[in-house]
Amino acid sequence: MFAIYKKELRSFFITPIGYVYTGAFLGLAALICCYTTILSSSYDTTSYFTIMMFAMGILIPLLTMRLFAEEKKLRTEQLLLTAPVTITGMVMGKFLAALTVFGGSLLVSCINFIPIYTTAAAERGNQTYEFYHIGPVTGQLIGNLVGLLLIGAAFIALGTFISALTENQLAAAVITISVIALMLGLGLVNSLIDVYWIRAVLSWISIYSRFGNFQNGLFDFAAILYYASICFVFVFLTVRVYEKRRWN
Amino acid sequence: MIQIEHLVKNYGSNCAVDDISLSIGEGEIVGFLGPNGAGKSTTMNILTGYLSSTAGRVSVAGIDVLGDPLNAKKQIGYLPEQPPLYLDMTVDEYLSFNYELKGCKLPREAHIGEVCEVVRIGDVRKRVIKNLSKGYRQRVGIAGALIGSPKVIIFDEPTVGLDPKQIIEIRNLIRSLGKDHTVILSTHILQEVQAVCDRIIIINKGRIVADEKTENITRVIENNRRFNAKICGPQNQVLSTLKDMQGIVYAEALAEKDGDATTYMIESAPGVDIRKKLFFTLADRGWALIGLEALGLSLEDIFITVVNKSEEDDTPTRYTRRSKAKPRTALEAQVAEGLVAEADKKREENSALAPEDEE
Repeated sequence: MFAIYKKELRSFFITPIGYVYTGAFLGLAALICCYTTILSSSYDTTSYFTIMMFAMGILIPLLTMRLFAEEKKLRTEQLLLTAPVTITGMVMGKFLAALTVFGGSLLVSCINFIPIYTTAAAERGNQTYEFYHIGPVTGQLIGNLVGLLLIGAAFIALGTFISALTENQLAAAVITISVIALMLGLGLVNSLIDVYWIRAVLSWISIYSRFGNFQNGLFDFAAILYYASICFVFVFLTVRVYEKRRWN
Repeated sequence: MIQIEHLVKNYGSNCAVDDISLSIGEGEIVGFLGPNGAGKSTTMNILTGYLSSTAGRVSVAGIDVLGDPLNAKKQIGYLPEQPPLYLDMTVDEYLSFNYELKGCKLPREAHIGEVCEVVRIGDVRKRVIKNLSKGYRQRVGIAGALIGSPKVIIFDEPTVGLDPKQIIEIRNLIRSLGKDHTVILSTHILQEVQAVCDRIIIINKGRIVADEKTENITRVIENNRRFNAKICGPQNQVLSTLKDMQGIVYAEALAEKDGDATTYMIESAPGVDIRKKLFFTLADRGWALIGLEALGLSLEDIFITVVNKSEEDDTPTRYTRRSKAKPRTALEAQVAEGLVAEADKKREENSALAPEDEE
């Protein structure tokens, strides 16, 4: 598994795709951060993270589209499947490699907060306020980052699964983007519906609604479990795709 | 080294491998021969754990492929029909990846260097695979299969698309690998198995139709029964004399002329040396035999007759290694039978087409 993880990680950066993804992610993150905070004279990062989540819907498929589709097209999957590695190990290696690249870019994008903190520090000057706070709330930032990481992991698992279904990278990317759009759209439609029970059901399955608690800086175990189980389900399904092909 | 027992593989209702049993010993070089879609690749894919079997048991070096796939896979190096190369990697990176993937315990640098030496790719180790020629790519694929020094090496059509010089090199390489490894080679090129393998297994429609040592097959080939004879004399009479001769099962006048001599294609009955008798018979009639040329029975002929034979029979006779008493003569008989049947058919066609020749 570790060999596949290493190989995937390296192949992100010997092909242009890794650079395209990181460049787009960091550029977009900086731009959105700039517009939602500094240019709107606000320390509130909620809208930054919300928009980033939607941007991930387009960026993450770039990472996952080639994971299996390319192997299938070049017939290199035969090497992996006849090597002494379990199918679960192979899928996990690829999943974790994509997650590492995503997590890394998310971590690097945290430099966007430096100007916000310095601005806040300048505004506070030497004074200390007892009843209100100037600057971003660090707990909220961390909650948002953890939430984004979890949602990213869920998207990556989904993209991995879709990539295993096709040998066309473009098809894999387009289908993944559509499915993610549907999942996120559910959360938006939710707010337009008046019927209580439909809203309850929709918010229960919606990826977006679980993000709310993280945005408020709450560490929501139910949500963590929710995202982890999405990852598990799609990784499991990917393994089944390969098992099934063997047994057919 | 390899044990296959009653292996069956169905794709839906389509039966790709139908009850194959065989055993391959250590250090053997075995050729799987068969037309496209015969079940060669499927058998190999099951052996390597890429596919599962519908029924039957496969074990490699005593390890059950289904029961303990990880350890079984460690015993096997596999080069699929299309070498599984990551085109963006350099040769070194690719071999290192193979090394890690297989969890190899041998000293890394030395082992990879050694493998590169064996397949002679030492001079391209720093190059990206994408930029290599087909012959080099094939060798990199073989090198990948050799990493970890597996006991069994499986090649699926390793020489497809190579130029003649490369083909000879790859064949020599495979032969040399046979010294330390058990090698299975699948191909539909008959000369290849003849040149490389100790043992030939012919598969058709998912069944083993022949399983022979190469030397036995070679003996069948060398047992000539077809000749081209140049005879001076009136064509019709010569032909009817030939056809009436004892020991000749088939004779035909060819369009080829050499002065006043006509060339005839003659086929003798199995096990009969017709040459002396032919000479004296012709001499008695005053016709000169000015040339007699043996037409080798090619491996193609054997292959086609064996395969045709198995398709005609509802329940084909299978000759596995275990029935030790029969194989050699059985194959010979089978081939002979097929050839006689073929000759009969030809003769019928001939007489139907040109009845006046008979008189």
